[in-house]
Amino acid sequence: MKKAAPFLVLALVLAWVASTLRAPRNPAAFDVQGFGRLPVLVNGRLKPLDTVARSSLLQLQGRQTVATPEGRRLQPVEWLLDVAFRPAQADTYQHFEIVNPDVLAIFDLRTSDGQGEKRFSLRQLEPKIAELQRQAKLADQVESAVRTPFQRGVLQIYGNLVHYQRLRHAFVSPGRPDFLGELLKFQDQVKAGVEAVRAKQAGQPHDEAAAKAMTDIGERFVVMAESTTFLVVPPEPGNTDPTAWKSAGAALLDTFRAGSVNPAALAYAGFANSWHGEKPEQFNKLVELFRADLVKRFASQLRKCDFETRFNAAQPFYTSSVLYALAFFVALFSWLVWPSLLGRSAFWIIAVAWLAATAGIACRMWLEGRPPVTNLYSSALFVGWGAVGLCLVLEAIYRNAIGSVAAGAIGFSTLVIAHHLSLSGDTMEMMRAVLDSNFWLATHVVVITAGYSATFLAGFLGIIYVLRGLFTRGLDRPTADALTRMTYGITCFAILFNFVGTILGGIWADQSWGRFWGWDPKENGALIIVLWNAIMLHARWGGIVRQRGFMALAIGGNIVTSWSWFGTNMLGVGLHSYGFTDAAFVALSSFVASQLLLIALANVPLRLWRSGPAGA
Amino acid sequence: MNDVTRQFRDFFTSLKLTVVLLVLGMVLVFAATLDQVNLGIWAVQEKYFRSFFVLARFGDIPVPVFPGGYFIGGLMLINLIASHVYRFKATLRQLGIQLAHGGLILLLIGELLTGILQDDFSMRLSQEEPRNYSESFRENELAIVDTTDAKHDEVVAIPESIAARGETIQHPRLPFRVITRLYYPNSLIRNREAGTPASPAAIKATKGIGLNVDLTPLPITYKQDERNLPGAFVELVGSEGTIGTWMISADPRMPPQRFDYGGRNYTIGLRFTRAYKDYTLTLLKFSHDKYSGTEIPKNFSSRIRLQTPGGVDDREVLIYMNNPLRYAGYTFYQASFEPGNDKVTILQVVRNPSWLIPYIACSVMTLGLLWQFTIHLLGFIAKRRRSVPATA
Repeated sequence: MKKAAPFLVLALVLAWVASTLRAPRNPAAFDVQGFGRLPVLVNGRLKPLDTVARSSLLQLQGRQTVATPEGRRLQPVEWLLDVAFRPAQADTYQHFEIVNPDVLAIFDLRTSDGQGEKRFSLRQLEPKIAELQRQAKLADQVESAVRTPFQRGVLQIYGNLVHYQRLRHAFVSPGRPDFLGELLKFQDQVKAGVEAVRAKQAGQPHDEAAAKAMTDIGERFVVMAESTTFLVVPPEPGNTDPTAWKSAGAALLDTFRAGSVNPAALAYAGFANSWHGEKPEQFNKLVELFRADLVKRFASQLRKCDFETRFNAAQPFYTSSVLYALAFFVALFSWLVWPSLLGRSAFWIIAVAWLAATAGIACRMWLEGRPPVTNLYSSALFVGWGAVGLCLVLEAIYRNAIGSVAAGAIGFSTLVIAHHLSLSGDTMEMMRAVLDSNFWLATHVVVITAGYSATFLAGFLGIIYVLRGLFTRGLDRPTADALTRMTYGITCFAILFNFVGTILGGIWADQSWGRFWGWDPKENGALIIVLWNAIMLHARWGGIVRQRGFMALAIGGNIVTSWSWFGTNMLGVGLHSYGFTDAAFVALSSFVASQLLLIALANVPLRLWRSGPAGA
Repeated sequence: MNDVTRQFRDFFTSLKLTVVLLVLGMVLVFAATLDQVNLGIWAVQEKYFRSFFVLARFGDIPVPVFPGGYFIGGLMLINLIASHVYRFKATLRQLGIQLAHGGLILLLIGELLTGILQDDFSMRLSQEEPRNYSESFRENELAIVDTTDAKHDEVVAIPESIAARGETIQHPRLPFRVITRLYYPNSLIRNREAGTPASPAAIKATKGIGLNVDLTPLPITYKQDERNLPGAFVELVGSEGTIGTWMISADPRMPPQRFDYGGRNYTIGLRFTRAYKDYTLTLLKFSHDKYSGTEIPKNFSSRIRLQTPGGVDDREVLIYMNNPLRYAGYTFYQASFEPGNDKVTILQVVRNPSWLIPYIACSVMTLGLLWQFTIHLLGFIAKRRRSVPATA
């Protein structure tokens, strides 16, 4: 029984992971999922509407779940459909997150007015929009690095409201319940109408009503085209250029020239009509027809969009983070009771979690056509992935659950970091010109990120050493020695990868800018990690530090690595400052403070250590 | 060997010194990174890395507060070389360390040479306008050009550092003396509104643009995206007394000013220091692609014609992101553009004769580290193989 138990755990975990892979169901008679798989071009990338809905929700309120005021939970795509096609309802949904109390004061709101004390609806914000605009204008004049939290908060909610406007204007003219009817009528009259307008401009007799109808609807199209950046209308038949997509407004404006309404724009008006009028058969038929038309021209892109929708629904990184947390506790308990049973179980859970993360990273690579690390978000995924991979190796060798504890903690925390980095929008961004080089992304970036993984892992092993030694009796001599050997080995790995990664960066710089080394903050950050690893190893070889000092130095590695990873991006100088910079400063400072505290703990006199002088 | 030399040797070969130097180096790099926010990347390199001591100013007195890059790097070199002479033996086990350290020695020397030999310039090319010089990012020069011969210009360029001193300059090619009456390291030129009097400065221009334009001093900027634009009042004095006082500025909006003297035509102006090449580059087309529906730049590229006067080289080249032109010891890369003006491209031009050293150094070091850690790993595995049956 005891031998079989870990495998039972493995089977349970696998079953749970498999359950997340099921195709998501439609909540009602509407083929919401089918609609969510339709492609649109946003920020230069063709992506399914499902991704647009999810990343919009993350951007507006930091989470993907949203509910109506009556308490019904909406799928992200349902939410998007309401925002676009039933704006009167959507305006009552509390999906704008405001946490800064001074920003709330602009709107004359209290935390108690918000759902979860921080989420508000457009209806609640509307009365004070003019004041917000004034504040946003003031804050915008301030250089971004020196903005106060209030100014940042103002610009954030302002940006979110703009984003919301873009969604509302992406498909149809908002606030026109019978937009489809208007378009059909417009199509019938457009020829005569254009003539009337021409005649009017030439000062000749004309049909005043027809001319006015044209200018009125034309103005609405212009507003639509100017209020959105979502390109939802595919190129005309025959044109397979994936970058020739248009906004619905621009496509509708083309009607004046073409004489007939663009079928895709008309289809979206049809979606609006059937969603608003609660006609599921018509909606589902439209999804089917629209898709059938797209499949002829964009088969491979549609396949990617379908896949991405499934990927979004499966949320492999969420699955993986839950398992990491679970494994962390299981492994921790294995130090107290049933070391073999719990230890093996933890190992298997970590292995499954790591495979889920591996699959997630692989999916992203395939969708983007890029190496694994392209921005800060994916670097967080990869740092965690690399560290957990090393932990699995350690655990396979030592079987003392130390690798599993480290894996659980690092895996979970890097995924939490990744989640916070994903709040700024779609995480699969297009690469800016200078970074657009798969070769260097695949070599320099991957190697240096693996170096980060190893340095963090060494630091975490140091933390385990200090905490176990100081607060428990669990750090006996063999455990202490094993931990030190692990840390030493990982540090050797770290210096190799950090060094080679830094060098590859230098070669990239020399190849593209004609200089090997420019003392840029990110380059300096990488150099500091290499120097730190070198200090650790030389101090150990020279007998300047012994076991405990070496572990304290390893914890210091966490500080230098987090500095290089995030701190350098906060400086806002140099060629490399492309990352996310604003509010992470507090998080970084508290992390550094916690690590300094741990180093201080490592220096507590040995007689106060509960494990006694084992860790000398 | 007597006691003193032994102590010297022990000091310079000790691992403690290594660790101390590594720590100092790390602190130096960190401080330099932080100071970039104030000083910009160039000033930081001079202050922290290309110096023996980092100087802080207390009042007007520069006080060394920390060892600089040359100091730490130099001691590291001595430490490394001494250790290899006295401590390490040429065995297969230590080959990894030998290689890693050998590579590091090479890398430090390479960085020293780069610091001394590397030059950076900017080259702004307008469409269909051939250009045969690049311009310095930071330095300026006072240029007096004899333009009498329509085919050939005679240029006398006086470096800013000399012109700024205010001494009388007598150049053998000039029939007059040059005296800088007033010099601002950074300044602003502004059109004087009609009717308002000239600025109450003690020195006034008596000729040229300065009659209608004001020059005001600005504080020196250290920002990376700004450059200092010096301005000056320069008096020219011929054998029969003063010719006039000109106001000149390095601001590109201010063209060189013409004057005649002794039957010859001249221009006078302050400009970015030029480095002339014996070939010309001409911009044919600059492209700036964005991802559709966004402002995210996808690619910048410049199609350029490269010509040498003798006609040995006359070809078109394409410079784009991550793909520079390497020609005659220089690297030309796509550095920037002027927003809204697609008839102009801005290239950066770098000369670094020691560019190959880091490549060699790093390959040697990587090899050394791999060797060393593989030996460690094999030893570790062998040890476990031996110990596992005993405990099982």
